[in-house]
Amino acid sequence: MATVKKFLYVNRKAPYGTIYAWESLEVVLIGAAFDQDCALAFVDDGVFQLVKGQDTADIGMKNFSPTYSALGDYDINKIYVEKESLEARGLTLDDLQHLVWEDEDEDWAEKDSIKVVTAKELAEIMDQSEIVLSF
Amino acid sequence: MSMLHIVNKSAYEKDSLKSCISHAVSGASILMIEDGIYSAIKNTSASSMVESAMKDVSVYVLGPDLKARGISEDKVIDGISVVDYAGFVELSTKNDVVQSWL
Repeated sequence: MATVKKFLYVNRKAPYGTIYAWESLEVVLIGAAFDQDCALAFVDDGVFQLVKGQDTADIGMKNFSPTYSALGDYDINKIYVEKESLEARGLTLDDLQHLVWEDEDEDWAEKDSIKVVTAKELAEIMDQSEIVLSF
Repeated sequence: MSMLHIVNKSAYEKDSLKSCISHAVSGASILMIEDGIYSAIKNTSASSMVESAMKDVSVYVLGPDLKARGISEDKVIDGISVVDYAGFVELSTKNDVVQSWL
């Protein structure tokens, strides 16, 4: 068994304006492929990555937002969204995609992946992470 | 000279919009594009700055960039006009000068 570490991917950029959001997803999927303990944090403009209903047809860019809904299939079910960042941007949890995962220990019950946390709670989560990758 | 100011950065991350507003004269136009469209959302930490600027300048936001980012038009501050690419061109031609706040 390979060593498993607690990874935290910190996402602070809006999608499409820069390549960070898309690159982060790529690296998250690599971490998951190596069976690491992956958690994602969405802070500052990073919360915009999870906004539902994205449609890039008219800007000539790939809409990568459906990829977030596949994270549950990679056993990524710790997705933390900072409350203060949402509020400063006029958003609520209802504006975000509904991301779920299936818990095999509970007969594949579908559970929510997104947890809205305060900056203070997120500080604790960061503090308990062994590897932090920032995008 | 009539001026069109274009802002393509998020107001929560950069101060481009703030600086643009400080340097726009009465009657000028401001167009939000790309990540700049996030500043058009109502009830945010940036919305009072935008609403205050709207007393003197006309504010526009590019529809395709709103749509790409999943921001519906009903989230946009009342009084901001949503324009399409043709509207972008029209704004560019009807103003004497275009200034992009990179």
